[in-house]
Amino acid sequence: MVQMDAVQKRLFEEVAGLHDIPEGAYNLRANGQSISRNTTANIDIRSKEDVSGIDIHVKAGTKNESIHIPVVLSQSGIKEDVYNDFFIGEDCDVLIVAGCGIDNCGSQDSEHDGIHRFYIGKNSRVRYVEKHYGSGDGSGKRILNPVTEVHMDEGSVMEMEMVQIKGVDSTNRTTIAELKADAKLVVQERLMTHGQQQAYSIYKVDLIGDGSAADVVSRSVARDDSYQKLDLCVIGSAACSGHTECDSIIMDNGRILAVPSLEANNIDAALVHEAAIGKIAGEQLVKLMTLGLTEAEAEEQIINGFLK
Amino acid sequence: MLELKNVSFNAESDGENVGIIRDISLSVDDNRFIVITGPNGGGKSTLAKLIAGIQKLSSGSIIFDGVDITDKNITERARLGIGFAFQQPVRFKGMTVLDLLRIASGKTLSISEACEYLSEVGLCAKDYINREINASLSGGELKRIEIATVIARDVKLALFDEPEAGIDLWSFNNLIRIFEKMRSDRRGRTIIVISHQERILNIADEIVVISDGRILKQGSKDEILPEITGTESAVNMCSKIQ
Ligand SMILES: Nc1ncnc2c1ncn2[C@@H]1O[C@H](COP(=O)(O)OP(=O)(O)OP(=O)(O)O)[C@@H](O)[C@H]1O
Ligand SMILES: [Mg+2]
Repeated sequence: MVQMDAVQKRLFEEVAGLHDIPEGAYNLRANGQSISRNTTANIDIRSKEDVSGIDIHVKAGTKNESIHIPVVLSQSGIKEDVYNDFFIGEDCDVLIVAGCGIDNCGSQDSEHDGIHRFYIGKNSRVRYVEKHYGSGDGSGKRILNPVTEVHMDEGSVMEMEMVQIKGVDSTNRTTIAELKADAKLVVQERLMTHGQQQAYSIYKVDLIGDGSAADVVSRSVARDDSYQKLDLCVIGSAACSGHTECDSIIMDNGRILAVPSLEANNIDAALVHEAAIGKIAGEQLVKLMTLGLTEAEAEEQIINGFLK
Repeated sequence: MLELKNVSFNAESDGENVGIIRDISLSVDDNRFIVITGPNGGGKSTLAKLIAGIQKLSSGSIIFDGVDITDKNITERARLGIGFAFQQPVRFKGMTVLDLLRIASGKTLSISEACEYLSEVGLCAKDYINREINASLSGGELKRIEIATVIARDVKLALFDEPEAGIDLWSFNNLIRIFEKMRSDRRGRTIIVISHQERILNIADEIVVISDGRILKQGSKDEILPEITGTESAVNMCSKIQ
């Protein structure tokens, strides 16, 4: 049985919704070490030899199985680079729950840089959920710099839900995807920064196969003195369709630079981008106040809804 | 009881200070059904916003249930029991109908309770309860949800700003039923409806005609209705009703 302290349990719950050991395949990592692992008949997890991290192999035809690979850091001053590679066979349908929670009560910075690479086989479906969360009141920073690389074979589908709502001081997120014919990528990012936080989120989606499609949507809120740069780029190099959208709310002295961009290299590439930044509409606040909420409560509700 | 004493509201318009509401005094007893009507731009919505605290009075005072609420903010007035359904309801990206009804009721409303409120405004609950209150809702749907947010609250004074606008024939039969139910559910509840709709004027205890920021006429339905249906202003009203 795994030994976890209360802080670690709380972090696992925040990032992976885990109250207990998950079903199916999993690898739980805490303070730089694998603390528990389970493989199934169809899903194998192996530690890498050369660097820190794991290789996850999902057999062709695996359906309705899940893989949980959450990471928590509860000691101050840990800095780690972790390489996780996912090899998903053909005709699979799996759920992957990743995420990292850092609790830093100390004075040294804690940093987790996860590099995730996905190789998704023909006609497979993957739902990927990644949550980042920070807590602790130490002066040490909580830093997360995830890199996600997605290689999608013909007819595969990937849905990504990337959420970072609280407590991460500095983040530099990079997501790169390459889609072959008829592959489909749907990304929903939810970002909230507060205090002095800084977040950079970069997406580069390459549509190289005919019939491929991408929909990359980022909703974010920047409050206090925080800063965000959202850089969403879709490149169409085939008869494909792509859509990117940044929709942001700024509050207090928050600042956001949204740079949605498109590159079309094929006459049949249909690409669209949208971006909107603004404060909470006064009318929305007024409506909720007429229902009895204070202005601060109204703001909270509007943001909760927006980031849901 | 609601009492407006010499209420005025001025606003800047083209660099000029114009009177939008000019010295209106009005008192409304408990358990009354008041309909405010009058030409477009007369100041009806502004008056309702002054009562709900959305606009600040330029002068005068408002007394609600014996409490001077002139300097109270929107939230405080809401908590004292004033509800307001907007003429043009607001949309909320991401928030669902259920979320909004829960906020409105101020308690952990069960799904079946929330569905009841939606059914009352003629929306098939299961289709709407989890819908986002975003641009995908039609104007009429939004309007009904707006009315439901006021029904979901236990208010002493309910203000409805043109509740029938933009909603189909359903309004004629059901809107009136809603108002009657609201009145009978809670003794002493006052309802003020802003409307151009003759069927709604017809069920009023009292009609107040506002024009150019002033009360033009005020009295029982029997006194006022024949007057306005027999004058030019009725022509305006009918053309608006279509
Ligand atoms: N804050 C403001 N600044 C300037 N003018 C205003 C302001 N608020 C309202 N007005 C003007 O006051 C007048 C009354 O507006 P109000 O919305 O109260 O009219 P109404 O009687 O509700 O009309 P309708 O029947 O069209 O809804 C209008 O001419 C409007 O343009
Ligand atoms: Mg109006």
